[in-house]
Amino acid sequence: MATRLNRLSRWHSVFKRGYSTSADEHKLQRSGKTVNLFTAINQALSLALETDPRAYVFGEDVRFGGVFRCTTGLADRFGKSRVFNTPLCEQGIVGFGIGLAAMGNRAIAEIQFADYIYPAFDQIVNEAAKFRYRSGNQFNCGGLTIRTPYGAVGHGGHYHSQSPEAFFCHVPGLKVVVPRSPHQAKGLLLACIRDPNPTIFLEPKWLYRLAAEEVPEHDYMLPLSQAEVIREGSDITLVGWGAQLSVMEQACVDAEKDGISCELIDLRTLIPWDKETVEASVKKTGRLLVSHEAPVTGGFGAEISASIAERCFLRLEAPVARICGLDTPFPLVFEPFYMPTKNKILDAIKATLNY
Amino acid sequence: MALSRAAYASRSKLLRPLTTSPSSTSSSLCRSFSSATDDQTVLSIETSVPFTGHKIDPPSRTVETTPKELMGFFTDMVLMRRMEISADSLYKAKLIRGFCHLYDGQEAVAVGMEAAITKKDAIITAYRDHCTFLGRGGTLLETFSELMGRTPGCSKGKGGSMHFYKKENGFYGGHGIVGAQVPLGIGISFAQKYNKEGTVTFASYGDGAANQGQLFEALNIAALWDLPAILVCENNHYGMGTAEWRAAKSPAYYKRGDYVPGLKVDGMDVLAVKQACKFAKEYVLQNGPIILEMDTYRYHGHSMSDPGSTYRTRDEISGVRQERDPIERVRKLILSHELASEKDLKDIEKNARKEVDEAVAQAKESPMPDPSEMFTNVYVKGYGVEAFGPDKKEMRAVLP
Repeated sequence: MATRLNRLSRWHSVFKRGYSTSADEHKLQRSGKTVNLFTAINQALSLALETDPRAYVFGEDVRFGGVFRCTTGLADRFGKSRVFNTPLCEQGIVGFGIGLAAMGNRAIAEIQFADYIYPAFDQIVNEAAKFRYRSGNQFNCGGLTIRTPYGAVGHGGHYHSQSPEAFFCHVPGLKVVVPRSPHQAKGLLLACIRDPNPTIFLEPKWLYRLAAEEVPEHDYMLPLSQAEVIREGSDITLVGWGAQLSVMEQACVDAEKDGISCELIDLRTLIPWDKETVEASVKKTGRLLVSHEAPVTGGFGAEISASIAERCFLRLEAPVARICGLDTPFPLVFEPFYMPTKNKILDAIKATLNY
Repeated sequence: MALSRAAYASRSKLLRPLTTSPSSTSSSLCRSFSSATDDQTVLSIETSVPFTGHKIDPPSRTVETTPKELMGFFTDMVLMRRMEISADSLYKAKLIRGFCHLYDGQEAVAVGMEAAITKKDAIITAYRDHCTFLGRGGTLLETFSELMGRTPGCSKGKGGSMHFYKKENGFYGGHGIVGAQVPLGIGISFAQKYNKEGTVTFASYGDGAANQGQLFEALNIAALWDLPAILVCENNHYGMGTAEWRAAKSPAYYKRGDYVPGLKVDGMDVLAVKQACKFAKEYVLQNGPIILEMDTYRYHGHSMSDPGSTYRTRDEISGVRQERDPIERVRKLILSHELASEKDLKDIEKNARKEVDEAVAQAKESPMPDPSEMFTNVYVKGYGVEAFGPDKKEMRAVLP
């Protein structure tokens, strides 16, 4: 733990490629208790607060445990000076977090739902992302991590289901990270908190209770800006993140019954994203499909599609397919039609293969 | 709602908890029988507490009303209460999904406000909007259909609980994002100033939203340009689960306008609300914005997923229900002024229940919107934006 504290005080030292320190994934203990997503996040926050005396967790209603129970017990363990509630003002929460981080603290801000992040958009884009750049490295708010639940939950409607990752992926200076499971979430969140750049950690709210996995109890981090191939295949590459991956996995299983071998990649970090892994995979398979819940036009799938088209044009057998949310506001009763479901993905896999 | 004339002669001295000073025209007992529809008799009733003003002289605490108006208050509030309770059970039966924020306990604010204004004035509020919608002339069928996501709903089933609107009656919704409706309301009042029709806007928000920056931006503009806007802080003392004193340095929301005058009103007293709104409307048409803080209370939790008892004691909730319930207050007034009998009031309640049950049954039978409706109204009709199906090849449609 001491080495980590030393590293804290040497934030301005140059890391290779700007990546946070990480444990080698294969050396991780795979055993541990089976917990769900909010417990894993709770463990990560607990460790972050334990290992760094200048880490703080704040947001709306975090003291009693948060609306999704991610912060349960933290206030009791670490005291109300380190885990505290803010009034209902997102712009204030993020601005405050930036200031706190600029003084060398680890500010872990929670925005209660990603749909409410827009009042803070100016602070994130204009202040947080550009602080280091415009001060010539004198100041930075690398200690800022914004955690927020995103994504559809079955009945969320317009304002409890949005996926705003694309807005933030367009901003150099930020990192956007999305975990797919409890085990990933704990490692990635700790990596985000300790990363010397402002990060936005989007938590798939559908998985808070639903996803359960064995999560090691010790402190571990997973590397940022590294995608993970979670299923090997040879016919088509599928790229996604967060809750959508479980839908894609089902589509892969179904496609296998038709003899199609799918390679599934979890991007994990959306910016800066791991182009090499995706490129290597597409060079192997020759086909790409991207899927996300956010509307298709201008979604992050567009960036992946364009980049891969640039890099793998001659290798591609078919145009890059994007199976995403429709170009409408997130609907209320029409949610099942809006969502990129397994069957839509399956159709697209077949269409791409038969191009 | 026929009053039974018989057996009403007993001059029972019912509880008169409120100081009343009946004017000379209403002393005759015989007259009180027909008073349910009596529009002429003027009753002067004092509000429960006097108003407190910030940078303004508060209006008198004596409110003039008529028996018809009081009976109307009772009927409306009972209907609203019944509707909210029905929505509660529908949600638990999973007929209503998504989010549902109930207003029971706060009915006096919606009803009192309506009594002071016309349908040409505008009201805009946050997501706890079912009763405000009803007050603005919405029907029970529209309410329940919208809650269940059916086509006869006021927003065609596409908005849900948080997005009720009624354009022709000046109800601008129904907004999910906390505090976002206040700048909109100020904008509406700006347009009203141009229209020169002598109308005003009531922009409602809660004690949680009172800490949003955009509210103060809107307030500054309204004050700078003398806009006919009335900002109504419906202070039910809890922003979701956070008590007001934990979120605000100054929970005296009527004073937070600083240079904008404010009035603190007992939001559980429908006559006080009516007086304050009437006073506010006259004021803002001459002078620019004012803040009204309605001291009110909600019996349910923040939304249906909040039991409402983890951050406040059951004693507190039942205490308010006993001491300050808006419907009970009006009931006592009606009975003490002998405007109707207990049985009549019970009949009104039964009738409300019946109306609500009928509307629910009708709404249950109503159809869900057609899937093609998902694509309508994204842009203006006929804009011609293309939308693609999954594989972007076979399915292409132009958004209607």
